[in-house]
Amino acid sequence: MHGMANVPAVEMRDVHKFYSDFHALRGVNLTISKGDVCVAIGPSGSGKSTLLRCINQLEVISAGRIFLDGELQGYREVDGRFHTLSPSRVANQRRRTGMVFQRFNLFPHMTALENVVEGPIQVKGVPRSEARERALALLERVGLHGLGSRYPNQLSGGQQQRVAIARTLAMEPQVMLFDEPTSALDPELVGEVLDVIKDLAQSGMTMMLVTHEIGFAREVADDLVFMDHGLIVEGGKPQDVLNSPARGAKPGAFLSKVLA
Amino acid sequence: MSEQGPASTATHPPGVVDGPIRVVRNDVVPPRYIGRWITTLVLLLVAVQAAHGLIGNVHFHWAVFAEHVFSPQVLRGVWWTLLLTVAAMALAVPLAMVLVVMGESRNPLLKAVALGFFNVSATTEIYTQLVFWGLFALLFPRLSISIPFGPELIGVDSRLLVTPAVAAVVGLGFNESAYLTEIFRAGFRAIDRGQTEAAQALGMSARKIWLRILLPQAMRTIIPPTSNETIGMLKMTSLVLAVPFTLDLMFATSAIANRLFLPVPLLMVAAAWYLFITSVLMVGQYFLERHYGRGHDLIVSKGGPM
Repeated sequence: MHGMANVPAVEMRDVHKFYSDFHALRGVNLTISKGDVCVAIGPSGSGKSTLLRCINQLEVISAGRIFLDGELQGYREVDGRFHTLSPSRVANQRRRTGMVFQRFNLFPHMTALENVVEGPIQVKGVPRSEARERALALLERVGLHGLGSRYPNQLSGGQQQRVAIARTLAMEPQVMLFDEPTSALDPELVGEVLDVIKDLAQSGMTMMLVTHEIGFAREVADDLVFMDHGLIVEGGKPQDVLNSPARGAKPGAFLSKVLA
Repeated sequence: MSEQGPASTATHPPGVVDGPIRVVRNDVVPPRYIGRWITTLVLLLVAVQAAHGLIGNVHFHWAVFAEHVFSPQVLRGVWWTLLLTVAAMALAVPLAMVLVVMGESRNPLLKAVALGFFNVSATTEIYTQLVFWGLFALLFPRLSISIPFGPELIGVDSRLLVTPAVAAVVGLGFNESAYLTEIFRAGFRAIDRGQTEAAQALGMSARKIWLRILLPQAMRTIIPPTSNETIGMLKMTSLVLAVPFTLDLMFATSAIANRLFLPVPLLMVAAAWYLFITSVLMVGQYFLERHYGRGHDLIVSKGGPM
């Protein structure tokens, strides 16, 4: 392992992503230190979600390098050439990250508890009884005590998203990725999910979060990046990015819309 | 639903529900279904007429029907028809699963093989295929694994391997697998892409994603048309005459009919058995659908969560 404390949890170097002709990421550089919470904001189509999906290789990058804990993702670099890793090696690298999706993506044919134990049992080979015990504790932690036997369609959106968070936590990831975790929720259910995420942030989990909840971003972010047209156009402490009308018209125009 | 107050454990007077607020339910009079009564009456008349026309009809020779419906020859036919159906489906279902995975594979060679198999099986008709499998032992007298243009490593006489029963099962199964492939593919395609992504994000291997995440969800949409195909297969077994395979229900009943010069009662024997087996299959379908509908049809499992 690359256990040195000064190695960043996530490091992106000049990352580009093309969808055929569309240049979705145009040279992104980003570093997230261990224990930090990085929040990405910006207009729709600016590349926030793509960026997040590149970190756990749901998207294959077109150029650049992504390191997690110092390890190059997706490739082995030999003499300047990138040798594609085997699917099982990629699956192994993905275990370092956990992802929470906008639309939850719970497995509908499994109960909440079965959703949470699936990864530990099938991927990590944890004994069933042990996985079950841990899953029950995680469900309790996200405020879903006693709802383990419910199927996803018997749960509200906010409850489903909290099961999804528990499912991700069960894999004990080093970095958690949240892709607009509250965008599909009814307004009154947003708070319960944000509370769980805030709690995680305070527990020292390294996280990257894509969101439209600016107030929440200001509250939890150690670093805030503003993206537009596939680039990070602003980055730094949240108060600096959010309260800097002098620097660049883009964030100002966007923020006046979302805060209005 | 109404809120129940703590004191409202006693039975309610009709129309009135006790609770924090007193609610008087609307006094609802259901509509009169006069049309329903008329249809019932008409259908009843038709049914009595039909029953009378069948039971009292000498041309149906019900005595002959009764004599043969449980005769050993017919029962053996039922047994073989069931066996052919089960064996052909047992061959077709896994084969179709493999073909679907091959078709969705990134390996172009596997994709081409799957497409080629589908084209040959689905575009030639079943009777020809059954005749071909019946003639297999004549066309290829010896099946062997050998070094190309070199000596033979292992070999076997085709007549021992491809017996009429095997030819019937292989012919029916291969043909069926082509149709099942399309049904299965539709089932897998209908699953949201987010399911695969969520499983990938957990670090699951491609094999586990297919088996644990995609297959159980696809089953829900796959089962009704596949059950339909199974029932179709039951009836398609009557074509194994083309092999020729001569032990199935249809062949057995027509053989008796030809001997007696009485086709109608023996056709009724065959029809009664097909009807009975199909009904049994449909009961099985119901339970399968219920099992794979969990999480969708709001069935609360009786046992614990695991």
